[in-house]
Amino acid sequence: MKEEYEEIYKGFSGEKWRENIDVADFIRENYKEYRGDDSFLSPISKKTKKVWEKCEKLLHKEAKAGLLDVELDAVSGINSFKPGYIDKKNEVVVGLQTDKPLKRIVNLYGGTRMADKALEAYNKKLNPTLEKYFKEFRKTHNDGVFDVYTPEIRRARKAGLLTGLPDAYGRGRIIGDYRRVALYGVDTLIEFKQKDYAQIDISSEENIRLREEVAEQVKALNSLKEMAKGYGFDISKPAKNAYEATQWLYFAYLAGVKEDNGAAMSLGRTSTFLDIYIERDLQRKLITEEEAQELIDQFVIKLRLVRHLRTPEYDEIFAGDPTWVTESVGGMLDEEHSLVTKNSFRYLQTLVNLNPSPEPNLTILYSSKLPANFKRFCAKISIKTDAIQYEGDDVMRPIYGNDYAIACCVSAMKVGKQMQFFGARCNLAKTLLYSLNGGVDEKSGVLVVEGLKKNKEGVLNFDNVWKNYLKTMKLVAKTYVDAMNIIHYMHDKYAYEAIQMALHDTNVERLMAFGVAGFSVAVDSLSAIKYAKVSPVRNDDGVIIDFKISGDYPKFGNDDDRVDEIAVELVKAFKSALDEYKTYRKSIKTLSLLTITSNVMYGKKTGATPDGRRAGVPFAPGANPMHERDTSGALASLNSVAKIPYCDCCQDGISNTFSIVPDALGKDEKSMVKNLVSILDGYFDQKAQHINVNVLNRSLLIDAMNNPWKYPNLTIRVSGYAVNFNKLSRAHQEEVIARTFHTSR
Amino acid sequence: MVKGNIDSFESMGLVDGPGVRFVVFMQGCPLRCAYCHNPETWADEKKIEMTAEELVKKVLKYKPYFGDDGGVTFSGGEPLRQPKFLLEALKECKKYGINTCLDTSGAGDEYDEILDYVDLVILDVKAIDAEKYKALTGQNIERYNRFLATCQKKKKRLWLRQVIVPGHNDTEADILRLKEYIKNIENVERVELLPYHSMAKEKYKKLGIKYRLENVLDMDKEKCKKLEKLLNN
Repeated sequence: MKEEYEEIYKGFSGEKWRENIDVADFIRENYKEYRGDDSFLSPISKKTKKVWEKCEKLLHKEAKAGLLDVELDAVSGINSFKPGYIDKKNEVVVGLQTDKPLKRIVNLYGGTRMADKALEAYNKKLNPTLEKYFKEFRKTHNDGVFDVYTPEIRRARKAGLLTGLPDAYGRGRIIGDYRRVALYGVDTLIEFKQKDYAQIDISSEENIRLREEVAEQVKALNSLKEMAKGYGFDISKPAKNAYEATQWLYFAYLAGVKEDNGAAMSLGRTSTFLDIYIERDLQRKLITEEEAQELIDQFVIKLRLVRHLRTPEYDEIFAGDPTWVTESVGGMLDEEHSLVTKNSFRYLQTLVNLNPSPEPNLTILYSSKLPANFKRFCAKISIKTDAIQYEGDDVMRPIYGNDYAIACCVSAMKVGKQMQFFGARCNLAKTLLYSLNGGVDEKSGVLVVEGLKKNKEGVLNFDNVWKNYLKTMKLVAKTYVDAMNIIHYMHDKYAYEAIQMALHDTNVERLMAFGVAGFSVAVDSLSAIKYAKVSPVRNDDGVIIDFKISGDYPKFGNDDDRVDEIAVELVKAFKSALDEYKTYRKSIKTLSLLTITSNVMYGKKTGATPDGRRAGVPFAPGANPMHERDTSGALASLNSVAKIPYCDCCQDGISNTFSIVPDALGKDEKSMVKNLVSILDGYFDQKAQHINVNVLNRSLLIDAMNNPWKYPNLTIRVSGYAVNFNKLSRAHQEEVIARTFHTSR
Repeated sequence: MVKGNIDSFESMGLVDGPGVRFVVFMQGCPLRCAYCHNPETWADEKKIEMTAEELVKKVLKYKPYFGDDGGVTFSGGEPLRQPKFLLEALKECKKYGINTCLDTSGAGDEYDEILDYVDLVILDVKAIDAEKYKALTGQNIERYNRFLATCQKKKKRLWLRQVIVPGHNDTEADILRLKEYIKNIENVERVELLPYHSMAKEKYKKLGIKYRLENVLDMDKEKCKKLEKLLNN
């Protein structure tokens, strides 16, 4: 490392991170665990208040219009837009995606049709010259995918068997290690990349691709430097203090959201990293606690303003305009020490200082071993804001080490060392119906999956059904893997995320994330077939369109092993079906039980199921038990979900959304906090992976649905992310209201 | 082993004793309180039958959530109505170090040994006057008085509760009298006033039981909180 940087690094210990790009080592060597309580925290500053008030006005306007503004004379790019400000003299952290706050970017690289549709929905028209030449000379990701898609994939997409595939929008779920820019400065990062570049021989197609990618990465890093220069900052060298560290880090993230429009553009794990700078500045008396909070509040304001241009169809699967600026907070360093710092508290404090907000998606990496004061503070913030989620550090740390972060909702990856090929989800409830109907769609009557026979039984026999289900899963898995390989090949080729990948190691490990929708519906259907009597009702073409059920059956979500074992078998079976096929770039397959809000759309597209669910009724989200079927109390529901295996099976996450009414959680704030901590401890001690916590009454949501103006800041956790309740469609609001609210009797 | 007769379970009880608690609602009750919101637990009909061992096996699934003061609460119905089973279940809990609460009205006869295995008694003070007690519950107050005396003798930790019903015991004078009464009881750690609500009306209709508080409004929650403050200050 350059000697001139010694002055900048004064006060920092450790050697390894100076020799190589190794942020995790820097953190381990320099962070200071904080075990105290929240009494040190500062309220909102005057400057922040001024900036935030301006933003709130704009957000209010945007909420009414759906879209405030869009840049029509340029397309996405790291340095394609002029600098923009909210309130220059009061901004402590600067930088916007475009020249104005909330003005969205048109990204054409994913596909021009999506951009066209989105603009059309808001009556906007792209600069005609730009549009003409882009369309004439530039092939897009979407074009590439549809050149290669097979008939099987096309049918599966259309029928709603595979939905939400990132074949027309940015895949996202890539977390650049934005901290690198602060710690090393851009020049050093370029040097390292150039060294890597020189070492890549051109002996194979694979290596040629990589060499080209690294060349793109270096260009992107240079653009990042230029973009920062536009705001008056030279970020070629490492950051000298907390202000610079936050600003450098934010510029790096900002470059990502200027260049790419992935569904989830997550931030990573930055709070403890920045705490090291803040602590050093506090000691040198360069900053006060008030100023430190101001810095974090203003950084968070910027994160809250991130936007992407989306179509109405997109909103159906990802409702509420989410951006998944997910920030992972806390977690353990080892068995005894946590990575909690004062800055972990400051990040959560933004929900108090700036009112609750869905973004950034604050995610606590939870372990019962975290400092008690921090756990209590998290619970307090949860009860107050419904804005944070919890993920099990004890199941993830053994796999990803202690410097991983969550992308999107529940997807863990080593920061800067792993990336993900996002793959939406497969409808396993529909797959079950196909296994009964010989691959014919129960709604359209069209043959979607070839090579299957119709079930002709009067009363369904579990063993036969299961055998055919396995066979169907294998066929569907083939189509699914094919689609994913095509999508990510084309995405790398036509919409490569150069700046985000520049902030990864060159030899990055790739995860390919598959997903499941309709999980609890499929599980309960199998349980009904096994333990009750299920008779299919067929139409004139012999297609099953309904089921008659006599007798009762155990339902998922009641801690009943008879059905919970079916749940475990089902995910294992689907994972092994996927495992039979090869993946693009030797990526490692993972699986999630996460639906975002697509459970509503998936339900709409799926006929009646053997569990008694009517045609068109929404599925439960993620790994949740079906609405109101978890009747044995909240902990029984949690225990059922905790049984689903994470390691080696659902390693891309198991999402559980939990709503409890305030009166049931305890009689006063102190006991509510204590009880919530006990619930989290118990859940995660059983190796569970994820929980969204909502503490609210159903009646409140009904009132908010009918009188939205009364609740401008009502934030609720939906499925791995939080939304402003008012931004959900009526159908999504109704589904949220129909979910189980745990009460006391 | 004697089998217990249980109406239902709640895997997450957060308001029936300290911390996170698994609540066992036992079947059968000698009282017929006018405001009872679990009338389905009155009759001695068979519901879920299981041994103490089976019950505790179920409870153990929730032990990770209990923290340092959570555990099991035996409620009902009236748990003292099944003393043999209750004793066995409590002993079985103690084998595994599970904290135990007994949520009772004291309407039992055989509890001397039972109380030795109970960490905390949540005692429902139905009424402090014999007449009012009888009018409300249909039974004499003596059994309650004897139970309380035994708790005092054994120095059991107590949480006291009373349901506040408009027009029945909701005046400040009522509460001040209750306060005087409680002054003479030892080891009281907490006193809770529960606002009466009529949500159980439907259950009565279904069960074909006459609802005695037909014209009584729900107790105002805020007012009830104020009374609770008055009581605890």
